[in-house]
Amino acid sequence: MLTKRIIPCLDIKDGRTVKGVNFVQLRDAGDPVELAKIYSDEGADELVFLDITATVDKRKTLAELVTKVAKAINIPFTVGGGISTVEDVKLLLNAGADKISINSAAVHNPGVINEMALEFGSQCIVVAIDTRNVDGVDFVHTHGGRKPTILNTQEWAKEVCERGAGEILLTSMDHDGTKGGFANEITAEISSMLSIPVIASGGAGNMEHFKDVFTFGKADAALAASIFHFKEIPIPELKQYLSREDISIRK
Amino acid sequence: MQVAIIKYNAGNVQSVLYALERLGVQAMLTDDVEEISKADKVIFPGQGEASTAMKYLKEKQLDQLIPTLKQPFFGVCLGQQLLCEHSEENDTTCLGVFPVKVKKFTPEFQADFKVPHVGWNNLTDLKTPLLKGLSDESFVYYVHSYYCELSEYTIATTDYVLDFAGLMHRDNFYAMQAHPEKSGLVGEQILKNFLSL
Repeated sequence: MLTKRIIPCLDIKDGRTVKGVNFVQLRDAGDPVELAKIYSDEGADELVFLDITATVDKRKTLAELVTKVAKAINIPFTVGGGISTVEDVKLLLNAGADKISINSAAVHNPGVINEMALEFGSQCIVVAIDTRNVDGVDFVHTHGGRKPTILNTQEWAKEVCERGAGEILLTSMDHDGTKGGFANEITAEISSMLSIPVIASGGAGNMEHFKDVFTFGKADAALAASIFHFKEIPIPELKQYLSREDISIRK
Repeated sequence: MQVAIIKYNAGNVQSVLYALERLGVQAMLTDDVEEISKADKVIFPGQGEASTAMKYLKEKQLDQLIPTLKQPFFGVCLGQQLLCEHSEENDTTCLGVFPVKVKKFTPEFQADFKVPHVGWNNLTDLKTPLLKGLSDESFVYYVHSYYCELSEYTIATTDYVLDFAGLMHRDNFYAMQAHPEKSGLVGEQILKNFLSL
């Protein structure tokens, strides 16, 4: 039976992990490779690396990091942050990434989704959508959720799927950082509407939130950062809990 | 031991090289008929589209070579599908090592099953030395929209929409739909078992 995926997200700046992490066994808390390996050993199903510097001259640093990660870990991982062209994607996939994630570039130039899917296959193209509810309507936002666009989230999700996205990473900016739970309603709406998997992100605060997003939210995967980094929820414990709650999970 | 990885226009070959490196094996990436023929083990990875991949194999005359190879041979993902007779993906005639058809997932209700099948799913009804040391609770990582039908050559089954061939075996040919190079310790064990065949 296909299982629900648990995905820790690592923020990367200049090839280093940012946001303090709280792992006593880490010799170097800023080393993304070491952290990735710990998560992989603990049973994370996949990893996401988000490059928050994302400038052109930092691309090479990122590609080098991707190669180090690919050599060290044996689970799939996605790389995102500032990716805008087919060339960017080629560089990162050749470096060893399994998937790439695009966000603002897709909003500004939707055709790039088709180009990337055609060149590399849909399976490695994740489109990240940051959404915020404005007076009862869901709108796509860019620039880390600060900049509103005129795109309706549900319509945009449908469009990126038609253009060849292989997965959608849906972050609710209303829930992100609140620890009050995932945005189950919109996640369920989009997941039921589309034929591709939806990764829910934003709002994880306790183990029940994961159960809720997999049941009510109909999410195929759930992504979180700080609660894993600060060890508020250890992954093995989360997986045992979900398994007891009859959620299909990889053991 | 010389391990050849067949180079063709399919993605993700690098991950297979790294996975073997983690097991201490320096594999050779090649599309050369002679080098492949001489290797002790051959791995045929894949990710991509069937007709384009077949076209490339024909250009390099690998479509003639592969079915005649005698050493342990391991087709992975698209590599498994290409070893079959025919794929529904762009109506492609494949290599024909396994008299098996490759079909597209067509769930009756789209809401219940998404296509592609992405994520970790388990293997059941395990047979043969390739799967030594693994249990029915062994999870492997899948990303695919087409699957190989069950046949007498099926050595492990996976259930998604329907039961399909997770792994297959015929003579010296082994094949796997999931990605061993991305399937954690289970994938590592399968690669190790293949290398020690």
